[in-house]
Amino acid sequence: MADLYTVNKSPFEKNSLEQAIRFSADGASILLIEDGVYGAMAGTAAEGLVKGASGRKFFALRSDVKARGISEDRLIDGVELVDYAGFVDLVESTDKVQAWL
Amino acid sequence: MSEIKKFMYLNRRAPYGTIYAWESLEVVLIGAAFDQEVSLMFVDDGVFQLVKGSDTSESDMKNFLPTYRTLGDYGVRHMFVDQASLEARGLTTDDLIQVEWEDWETEEEVDNIVEAVDADKFKELMAESDVVFSF
Repeated sequence: MADLYTVNKSPFEKNSLEQAIRFSADGASILLIEDGVYGAMAGTAAEGLVKGASGRKFFALRSDVKARGISEDRLIDGVELVDYAGFVDLVESTDKVQAWL
Repeated sequence: MSEIKKFMYLNRRAPYGTIYAWESLEVVLIGAAFDQEVSLMFVDDGVFQLVKGSDTSESDMKNFLPTYRTLGDYGVRHMFVDQASLEARGLTTDDLIQVEWEDWETEEEVDNIVEAVDADKFKELMAESDVVFSF
């Protein structure tokens, strides 16, 4: 089983998402929360990070996406929205959780 | 009477993830009690503060977009947005809220004080400001 990485910083301000992708193993799940959800937006200067990361599954926390006014049709294809229960399911179904701050 | 000064609030952080955006808003509202010329600038992730459609119902956080919409009533005359920061985030001014302004004495009205500007305009605005507050 693979790990779950959480990223809570904007990709425009910090390189947390870039490094989480870089140091994650094939098959890892990466959950974008708080300001990290900006990394899930399509059409931005940072979209290449998620689009270019093959072999990783990307998730974004729905409540944080909605709070920031990002509509679902603006998310990068393949990013799956999860609610708090989905967050718990991800934690449960992976080996361990590592936060990229 | 003291001279009216030009106050500039420089906002560079995304909303909600940190306290910066909210703190800036609080200071702007408090500052409105003083007779100053107030402008706000939004640069880098600060432009996200004005993105419309925010829904915090599932987040248990206060949605402060409605507060931004009232800033025209608190003496804020201009809200400048860095065009390059918008473009880097795939945004246009159509994605942003509009903020009305009205002078109650002269009845002068402006439909929307949110305006995208380039770096040259920014430099002028910074140079003209007497005080710049950074958030």
